[in-house]
Amino acid sequence: MLKMENVSKSYRHRGQTVTALDDASIHIPKGDFVSVVGPSGSGKSTLLLMLGGMLSPSSGKVLLESQSIYDLSSDHRARLRKKHVGFVFQTFNLVPYLTALENVQVPMFLAGTDERTQREGAIALLERVGLADRIEHKPRELSVGQQQRVALARMLANDPAVILADEPTGNLDPETSRQIIGFFEEFNEEGRTIVMVTHDPKAAERAKRTLRLGQGKIIAEDCDLQSMEAA
Amino acid sequence: MRLRTLVWREIFERKSQLATSFLAILLGITVIVSIKNITFYSEKAVSREMDSLGANVLILPKSATLQDYYAADMQGDTIPREYIDQLALSNLEGLDNVSPKLSVPVELKGLKFHLTGILPKKEFQAKAAWQGAGIFSRPIGCGAMPTLPFAPGDNKTLVRQRVVEDLEKDEALVGSDVASALGISEGQSLELLGQAFRVTAVLPQTGTIDDSRIFAHLDRVQELSGKGDVINAIEVIGCCQEISNGLVSKINKLLPDAKVVTITQIADAQIKMNRLMSRLSMIFLVIIVFVGGAGIANYMYANVFERRREIGTLMALGAHSSLILRIFLLKALLLGLTGGIGGYLLGTVLAATLGPKLAGVPVLPMPILFLWALGISIGLALLSSYFPARRAAKLDPCATFQEL
Repeated sequence: MLKMENVSKSYRHRGQTVTALDDASIHIPKGDFVSVVGPSGSGKSTLLLMLGGMLSPSSGKVLLESQSIYDLSSDHRARLRKKHVGFVFQTFNLVPYLTALENVQVPMFLAGTDERTQREGAIALLERVGLADRIEHKPRELSVGQQQRVALARMLANDPAVILADEPTGNLDPETSRQIIGFFEEFNEEGRTIVMVTHDPKAAERAKRTLRLGQGKIIAEDCDLQSMEAA
Repeated sequence: MRLRTLVWREIFERKSQLATSFLAILLGITVIVSIKNITFYSEKAVSREMDSLGANVLILPKSATLQDYYAADMQGDTIPREYIDQLALSNLEGLDNVSPKLSVPVELKGLKFHLTGILPKKEFQAKAAWQGAGIFSRPIGCGAMPTLPFAPGDNKTLVRQRVVEDLEKDEALVGSDVASALGISEGQSLELLGQAFRVTAVLPQTGTIDDSRIFAHLDRVQELSGKGDVINAIEVIGCCQEISNGLVSKINKLLPDAKVVTITQIADAQIKMNRLMSRLSMIFLVIIVFVGGAGIANYMYANVFERRREIGTLMALGAHSSLILRIFLLKALLLGLTGGIGGYLLGTVLAATLGPKLAGVPVLPMPILFLWALGISIGLALLSSYFPARRAAKLDPCATFQEL
């Protein structure tokens, strides 16, 4: 489903070359649930952005369903994201002036879905995440947990095969975190492929496998989470 | 969810930030519309006033001077009458009225007067001093003021117009001095150069040389004076705008053997006022383009910066760069549209209220200025927003996610 082949990413910062990702190769089959862990600056975010077609590598290839995504134009990549990829962010990134319902409608609008279908689909998704009674609320009128559930509903709007999540529980209390990870497990059981960057060992251990990054390199797979906690 | 919902909601979410740009464009358009509106009616009013002063272009023989003309055009030299035909058949624009004249001295009861041959209607239309007295209808053309609902009407004008148009070859009009000196009144006869004329009207006093003239048909004066098919002068009421655009030199080119002069003191007053007004509106146009444009561009750049995370999110969700561009340009279009409509309405109300006080003229709404206002405000808003919108469309979505 997702593949990285000898991918490196380096950039110049104040006259020095910084390597964010160094010769990384991974294969994530369809239906996998991978957590990516590692200290800050280890390249987790770079890896996630590259898998999402939002950051081109300095060298190597990133493939989504055998298609080398960085051989495509940026508009083609946008189309690919729209169709196959759902993003979840640590700070939810909801559009502040739209209601919960309208936020969920945004990806459908981008995909060209008609208004009636948008509305019906968005209501169903919000019901699924337990927010049927909050559809007309704006993000500032919702708790952080509710905001993240709206973000989950929005992520599901175009029924993506791949879910890329960046610290989805980073801003949440433990109870809400458990609830959100529960949703991820549910989505995975539906056959969706999930890559989740996290600092939370409890969230990471609920994935099928874990990738550990350090200094831009993949240093371990299915690592011992106890040792990660110690680090 | 539609594109306009996305744009509309954002506008209302951050309406206080938009207010400054909206006010800049609204006030700019208001000022331009009100100046243009007042200027239009002011120009018309001044044109009418100019018209009332009489001809503003004279066609004289080469050797004649303006003094000769003011001394009852009694210079010896003449110009061919066919010049009238040449003018009539030319494609010159801005000739509001053309009036040929031939004057010869006459003596009645030991007193000297001027017998002036005219082509009735044209001559009288040129004599605006008489129009002021309400004798003749206004000429239709550039100098004519559009009929305003509150403009005073004059029944006398219509009643007397028929007389002027029907001036026969044995009829004469006498100036007030002539009438009082000779004791003549309407309906009486008088003999001029051996020919009897019936006085059809005594003209009101004008305070000019015309008071000591006797007017008769040009054909008859030419015949009686034995001067042939010639005239002394052609009085022209030219549109002041056309005069400033070179009407005189165009007539000179058409009639190279004649002297063409403008009554510059009069024409200049009009031209200077017109230029002042148009410069004033140009200055405001430049101000609104620079200040308003810079304000909108500044606001849009700030808006793009503020919304970079939202833009990045939309891109992550699959928005194309063209959609981001459209979001910002649609917002600019709405800004321009509302600013233009509001500016037109406010400017029109302002012009109608202040016009009579500032310029002393009644001012009515001008629908053409609505198109003007919309064109300027929408064009300016789109132009000022294009580069900020393009920047938004080219934002690197990665750079917008600080937490990643």
